[in-house]
Amino acid sequence: MAIEVRNVTKTFGVTPVLRDVSIDVASGSLTALLGPSGGGKSTLLRVIAGLEVPDSGTVTINGIDATRLAPQRRNVGFVFQHYAAFKHMTVHDNVAFGLKIRKRPKTEIRKRVAELLELVHIEQFADRYPAQLSGGQRQRMALARALAVEPQVLLLDEPFGALDAQVRKELRAWLRRLHDEVHVTTVFVTHDQEEAIEVADEIVVLADGIVEQAGSPQEIYDNPDSPFVMRFLGPVTEIDGRLVRPHDIELSDTPLPDGATATVTRIVRLGFEVRVEMSLDGRHTWAQITRGAAERLNLAPGDTVHVRPTADARLIPAGAS
Amino acid sequence: MAKYALRLFALVYLLFLLALPVGLIVWRTFGDGIGPVIESLSSPEAVHAFKITIVVALWAVAINTVFGVGMAILLARRRFPGKRLLNALVDLPLAVSPVVVGLALILVYGRYAPVGGWLEGHGIQIIFSMPGMIMATVFVSLPLVVRAVEPVLVEMGEEQEQAAHTLGASASQTFRRITIPGIRAALAYGVVLCLARALGEYGAIAVVSGRLVGQTQTLTLFVDERFQNFEEQDAFAAATALALIAITTLLLTKLLRPKDGD
Repeated sequence: MAIEVRNVTKTFGVTPVLRDVSIDVASGSLTALLGPSGGGKSTLLRVIAGLEVPDSGTVTINGIDATRLAPQRRNVGFVFQHYAAFKHMTVHDNVAFGLKIRKRPKTEIRKRVAELLELVHIEQFADRYPAQLSGGQRQRMALARALAVEPQVLLLDEPFGALDAQVRKELRAWLRRLHDEVHVTTVFVTHDQEEAIEVADEIVVLADGIVEQAGSPQEIYDNPDSPFVMRFLGPVTEIDGRLVRPHDIELSDTPLPDGATATVTRIVRLGFEVRVEMSLDGRHTWAQITRGAAERLNLAPGDTVHVRPTADARLIPAGAS
Repeated sequence: MAKYALRLFALVYLLFLLALPVGLIVWRTFGDGIGPVIESLSSPEAVHAFKITIVVALWAVAINTVFGVGMAILLARRRFPGKRLLNALVDLPLAVSPVVVGLALILVYGRYAPVGGWLEGHGIQIIFSMPGMIMATVFVSLPLVVRAVEPVLVEMGEEQEQAAHTLGASASQTFRRITIPGIRAALAYGVVLCLARALGEYGAIAVVSGRLVGQTQTLTLFVDERFQNFEEQDAFAAATALALIAITTLLLTKLLRPKDGD
């Protein structure tokens, strides 16, 4: 394991932020810390980096107990949500910072910085100041700066949180490709479940300072341990007191064995998929079906429809959360 | 029209309050040409007053710069009990009249006070001597560097410093390479304000120096002494010199200030 966090507890004032958190991050993996804001995921990342000291528990990085180690001795790369660019330095000097601190020869620094700027596609901006770059470019510079010191682990705190939706999507795909190229153990924090599923090999769901579940994106999506995780990872709706994904619902105009009867209240066509909103025993529920299926059923508001979860649907009793 | 009226008002106001009095001093100084001015300023008393003023001001600026940056970091970066009290104390010199500052220093460090007496017993004279004058000047100009630097530190945030730490920089490397360049402009501004205040200090210095001509007389005291003795040429020349020094410092920092990254 590249990172082992054991029983970490952290309290700010009287507010517990991390409660007995333990996680493992495999060497070379790309792990997402996913959860709602205020869930403790950024604090956990800062504990790993040494920017926060845990009240109790231990952090081990590549087999070395780093719990009391100062951040500058941990050899971790850290990327901040708001870039933390050194405003008074050029892009080149920003990236070179860690190498200059390590007193590497000048020619080596120049060569390495050039390579990194090329890797993050901002080689033409080497002489600019951060204020002259766009948000996406600044974040790529911050990433190059963190990678320059060849960190044992790369930590990213909501790295795309301050960017607009389009740039965010581009950088996500780019981060995945970069990781496949560089293979440095990477942990990133996000509150966006789509981002976590798309980019990460492993997801750790953190809420209220507790690890709710950890596993591959598919495991967590398909087999959530709790209603909370199920709700957080994707859309859910309720049938007969059970949570189910809206795309795991079967609709029919003839009665279904073990099915329930609902009344269609609204039909929303979103291009390829169709949302069928229904009232079931006076409660609101909805199903997501393909356009083809919708055309076969030919539903209209007011129609009666028979519903049941599909045979392979994952169901969770709704009451538990 | 309202726009022009407002501008005119501001201009006339500043003309009568600032430009006219200062301008007249310069006018009177050079009324008989440059010769008498040089003569006034090269008298041994004037030269000595110059030296005293510069030494006191430089010490005060140096002390307040170190203290001011440290204090600004403390107030901007740390949370601790008593911070509000400390914050209020920093502003105290603005509220206390310089004359009161001088008297207060005499009460503590004067020859017949316990602390002052003890120090005098060890051969250190505070009042009527350089240390007391520097202390008085430090006191009155204490908030200037702190208050110039602190908001910039707050606005800058901690993240650049934390980023430097994760990149391997020690506390002192981070301070030199990240914090200082980040506050450079504000620090320069604070230092200039502090220097200007220190050069022009009169009240507190007047009390603690004892106004010993040729010993503890600063330029401001020199101006006052000559003016009281109807030696107006000397007073005006020294006053103009004081103003010129202040203006030059101000211009110098504007010129020397390196281009900011943003």
